[in-house]
Amino acid sequence: MNYEEKAKQLRADILKSLYECQSGHPGGSLSCVEILMALYYNVMKVDPKNPKMEDRDRFVLSKGHACPTLYAVLADLGFFPREDLMNLRKLHCHLQGHPDMNKTPGVDSNTGSLGQGISVAVGMAMAAKYKKEKYGVYTLIGDGESQEGIVWEAAMSAAHYKLDNLTVLLDYNGLQIDGANDDVMSIGDIVGKFKAFGFECLEVDGHDIDAITEAIKKPVTGKPKFICCKTVKGKGISYMENVFGWHGKPMNKEQFETAMKELGVN
Amino acid sequence: MGKSLRVAYGEALVELGKKNENIVVLDADLANATMTCNFRDAYPDRFFDFGIAEGNMVCAAAGMAHSGLTPFVSTFALFGAGRAYEEIRNSVAYVHANVKFAFSHSGLSVGEDGGSHQSFEDIALMRELPGMTILVPCDPLETEKAVMAAAQIDGPVYIRVARPVCEDITTADTPFVPGKANVMKEGNDVCIMTMGLMVPIAMKAAAMLEAEGISAAVLNHHTVKPIDEACILEMNQRVKGIVTVEEHSIIGGLGSAVAEVLAGKAGAKFSRIGIEDRFGQSGTPDALFAEYGLTAEHIVEECKKLM
Repeated sequence: MNYEEKAKQLRADILKSLYECQSGHPGGSLSCVEILMALYYNVMKVDPKNPKMEDRDRFVLSKGHACPTLYAVLADLGFFPREDLMNLRKLHCHLQGHPDMNKTPGVDSNTGSLGQGISVAVGMAMAAKYKKEKYGVYTLIGDGESQEGIVWEAAMSAAHYKLDNLTVLLDYNGLQIDGANDDVMSIGDIVGKFKAFGFECLEVDGHDIDAITEAIKKPVTGKPKFICCKTVKGKGISYMENVFGWHGKPMNKEQFETAMKELGVN
Repeated sequence: MGKSLRVAYGEALVELGKKNENIVVLDADLANATMTCNFRDAYPDRFFDFGIAEGNMVCAAAGMAHSGLTPFVSTFALFGAGRAYEEIRNSVAYVHANVKFAFSHSGLSVGEDGGSHQSFEDIALMRELPGMTILVPCDPLETEKAVMAAAQIDGPVYIRVARPVCEDITTADTPFVPGKANVMKEGNDVCIMTMGLMVPIAMKAAAMLEAEGISAAVLNHHTVKPIDEACILEMNQRVKGIVTVEEHSIIGGLGSAVAEVLAGKAGAKFSRIGIEDRFGQSGTPDALFAEYGLTAEHIVEECKKLM
């Protein structure tokens, strides 16, 4: 796969779907494109023809507002038609503003209320251990999301139950709705915190698909894994990069056309 | 010899676990109070303590349900329905996940622990959630039936478990059909609609009314949601007065559920007994029931007003 071309196509799909509904969250969707590519194209065992396959790997998008990226990847894999992306957030479309497992094929958990997804993923990993299933459970959290107390309740339980079938990835773009993490509520040494909670911790460039893939595949036993993916919010679109205002703002026509031009899409 | 509903709950879980390996039990450092400790000791590999972290426990239960297990989740009513409300709302109810909540130490009967631990709002909170079934057993036998019934229901269920020791007032043969109120006593003048620990007190009130020549029916609404509308509407045509009685706030509980059914309908006069928009406080359960008006005497008085 030509990563660069695929990433551009996904970014274009994400922005088209967001432009079409004039709402949603472009910044944090664009920052996690490569993370989801590494998971879905290089690591996870899933079957678009059988989305509920028992032994599939599970993914919980804990930062649920980045679902345009998940939807673009799932559509690209054939879980549902790519045209559906143009109905994102519209009445009766299966693509809800935040992920809904009962509506969208390939979505493994509802998320959107921050912090709850990582906790659901912990439950999935515990169930897999109890049932002696071999599948892996992956979850992506946001840096702002890490301010939720439940993230740390979940982290504590993941280590306590030695969930080496659980990988927590962090989309560390440093920005949230009201500004930089450090201006809103500093998350401090986030890697050190997960380490102190009992995780095996790795740090990667969150836009380097091979590096992310390698980190995910690195075997760890007896403890859960945490991968800090350093990313750029709004990645790929010049005027959005590292601008917190693009957390949840619709593009106007000119901005949309500029974005498409930058991605090389007509 | 009576026993507490939580003891009955603990025993029922073990029975259920014997039949079904997909039953798992979660608790938040209260296993010895909610009595999930029985299940923990019988099936240690499928009992999970989450420590004092109710929100995480609820969401993890959702993850387990998504993986084909049937989790029973226990803690005190206030910390489950209250503290973890939004986790229940978004990760369980919104998904219609197959998670069963059995929260103990509900209502005023918690007693001495006081207002911080007395949950008068748990039914109101759970009743707001689409697809949530709410069961409120009145005695040890009904608690056991509620646990078995909950396991058969596809989707979220809340079982409200009270703390005190009580005698069985139903029998092994008493039917327990979720959504179908049990007529504990027939009567034609007034109807007392109640649930949980208030059922025996309502029965006592009905006997006192009979002694004064007033024929009182008693309905046990062991299922608050879905409420038995047909039964309520039938009573509304038959009797002169309906009084709801609950160990819960009169805002949002059984009284509200019945009021919603009766709204706009001609028929019986209607009144509600429950906790009147107040917080709780320390005291023995008996002293608190008297202080908050949850007595047979108060029920009798209220029924007579409607005659």
